[in-house]
Amino acid sequence: MDNTKRYERLRERYLNGDLDRRKFLGLIGAAGLAYGVQTPFARHAFAATEQVRFDGWGGVVSEAFRKYAFGPYTEKTGIKVVDGTFGGSDEYISRVKASQPGEYNIAHLSGVFDYARYAGLGLASELNEDNIPNLKFVIPKLVDVFRKVTDGKLSCVPYDYGTTGLAYNRKHISDEEMKEKGAKILIDAAYKGKIGGWSDWRTRIWYASLQTGQDPNGAKNMDAIWDAIRTHRDLALKYWTSGAELMSLLAEEEIYVTEGWSGRIYALQEQGHDIGYMDPPNGFGWQECLFVIKGSPMEACEELLNFMLAPETSIAVAEGQNYPPALDPTKIDLGKKIPTLPAFDPKGTLDGLTFADPTYWNGHEQEWSKKFGRIQKGY
Amino acid sequence: MSVEAREKRQPWILLSPALVAVTLLLFVPLAFIVVYSFWLRTATGADQTGFFLDNWNEALSDPFYRDILISTLRIAAITTLVCAVMGYPAAYFIARSKGNKALLLLMLMLPFWISYIIRTMSWINILGVSGAVNWALIEIGLINEPLQMLYNETTVILGLVHFLLPFMILNVYVALESIDISLEDAACSLGSTRWQSFLEVTLPLSLPGLAAGGLLCFVLSAGTYITPLVLGGPTDAMFANLVFEAIITQLNWPLGSALSLMLLAVLGTLVLTYNHFLGMGQLMKGLG
Repeated sequence: MDNTKRYERLRERYLNGDLDRRKFLGLIGAAGLAYGVQTPFARHAFAATEQVRFDGWGGVVSEAFRKYAFGPYTEKTGIKVVDGTFGGSDEYISRVKASQPGEYNIAHLSGVFDYARYAGLGLASELNEDNIPNLKFVIPKLVDVFRKVTDGKLSCVPYDYGTTGLAYNRKHISDEEMKEKGAKILIDAAYKGKIGGWSDWRTRIWYASLQTGQDPNGAKNMDAIWDAIRTHRDLALKYWTSGAELMSLLAEEEIYVTEGWSGRIYALQEQGHDIGYMDPPNGFGWQECLFVIKGSPMEACEELLNFMLAPETSIAVAEGQNYPPALDPTKIDLGKKIPTLPAFDPKGTLDGLTFADPTYWNGHEQEWSKKFGRIQKGY
Repeated sequence: MSVEAREKRQPWILLSPALVAVTLLLFVPLAFIVVYSFWLRTATGADQTGFFLDNWNEALSDPFYRDILISTLRIAAITTLVCAVMGYPAAYFIARSKGNKALLLLMLMLPFWISYIIRTMSWINILGVSGAVNWALIEIGLINEPLQMLYNETTVILGLVHFLLPFMILNVYVALESIDISLEDAACSLGSTRWQSFLEVTLPLSLPGLAAGGLLCFVLSAGTYITPLVLGGPTDAMFANLVFEAIITQLNWPLGSALSLMLLAVLGTLVLTYNHFLGMGQLMKGLG
């Protein structure tokens, strides 16, 4: 609890008649005295934050963070960034749930639905935006959606965005065939045993919505969706569980087609693999944020967020991880590489991307994640 | 204090650090899991405390969990059988070899120096489409197109055998080592062939070791989740994968707790049955 909140609570108790005037003034005086005494030492106390823990998606994404953000930040501030990884936000939330407050600090979350879910579990902190002046460079639309979830306040800063589109091996599947079949190629029996898919229930339902001609943010015929997921399961060789596994399955030609994360596919293309990438109509767009978990050392975290949002850091990380940054391209020159990245929007409006509606997805999370778990195993 | 009383207390004093560790690291967490299994997961993912039997009802009555449990036990049984068939001759060879036993045992232990996950993942480089086996078969002209060998139940069993075979060999080896070799000679001198003496003398005497190795292989394979995750296909999940999924993916700790206790009960019953008929002593010998 910060001092402002303490004073507000005190004032409320006084106005409610729970405290008499004398006691109220006495407590305010004592608080003032305590503040006066601690202020000269406060700087040292804040400086005592020796490390901040950051958890992200691993692989090329973490490499980019380490190289372009954490290293220079530690050099500048002396605060060490402990760099952890996770395979998905579901896995991470479980770890946070089992931890002590303050053990986990910043997470690279994907999607507003994750932000809403974490906030719903009482994990949202409250950022002091004055400590993050670089927030002004961020695309306003990306900030606003988060504000709506947490009553105008922010527990995160938007950092990048991307898509989960269709990745395919051009040796075996042509661009024309992909355009013609779109999402339905993932349930095309001609590629039985050469199809992959992320073992994430949201992505499976999203793509099944596209395969059955439904709105991914408002499907009406769930039976058709479950059937499409079953068809995909029976044709698939493997459900991948991490970006590294996705890249390996495609690079080793174990699978020819799967949905995949835009940045990872771009990384494969950079490595020389002839892998195509296509966002079908209503493809899965997402925006990632750096979420600060309640109980974290706020000032140190805010400083790190501000550092990471600095255009030079943000652009370097974006070029490293192959996802466009959340920086507004109408305000900041993003260089040469970023405009070539998949999903990049030069206008900064992101109108061309379809994002997951947090109310719709989180409202069905319990039922659908369980149902998908069963179907995934043959039911 | 009398000498007798002091001698009585001494084992407990010596045992106390281990007992404290077992209590804090095993029984207390287990108690938490038992308590958790009676809670409920709310729509937001938070837990609702109380005493509810919903998770137990679901775990015990839903055919989905029963079928995966049966499939898990089947895979564990096949793995154990393969380990026994492959492990016994290897253990026999080591036990009867002269001079280089230490080297052979060291070679047996070598895989333990490498992480289990890395060992499991190594099969991707061996059996994958661009792996060593396909490369060799194409090079010698036996096939034109690579074979799809990975991501099925066979590769899951292969990965488990790779992981568990040393446990089987060690247990059988310990049992064979304790058999007086002159018993076989005695059987031969009384007219039996080498094969008969093995079947009538050596094999029966080494059965406790085989059973101990079998128990270890069965329990460890029935509780694994890494191998099916790395080497299995979409429908090759084992029971521990359900526990992982309930706890990690669905954030349903109460149901995950009930499922993990269910698996513990099944495997615990097996261990108790083994203990009733054969005793745990043989198992301890095999574990060194």
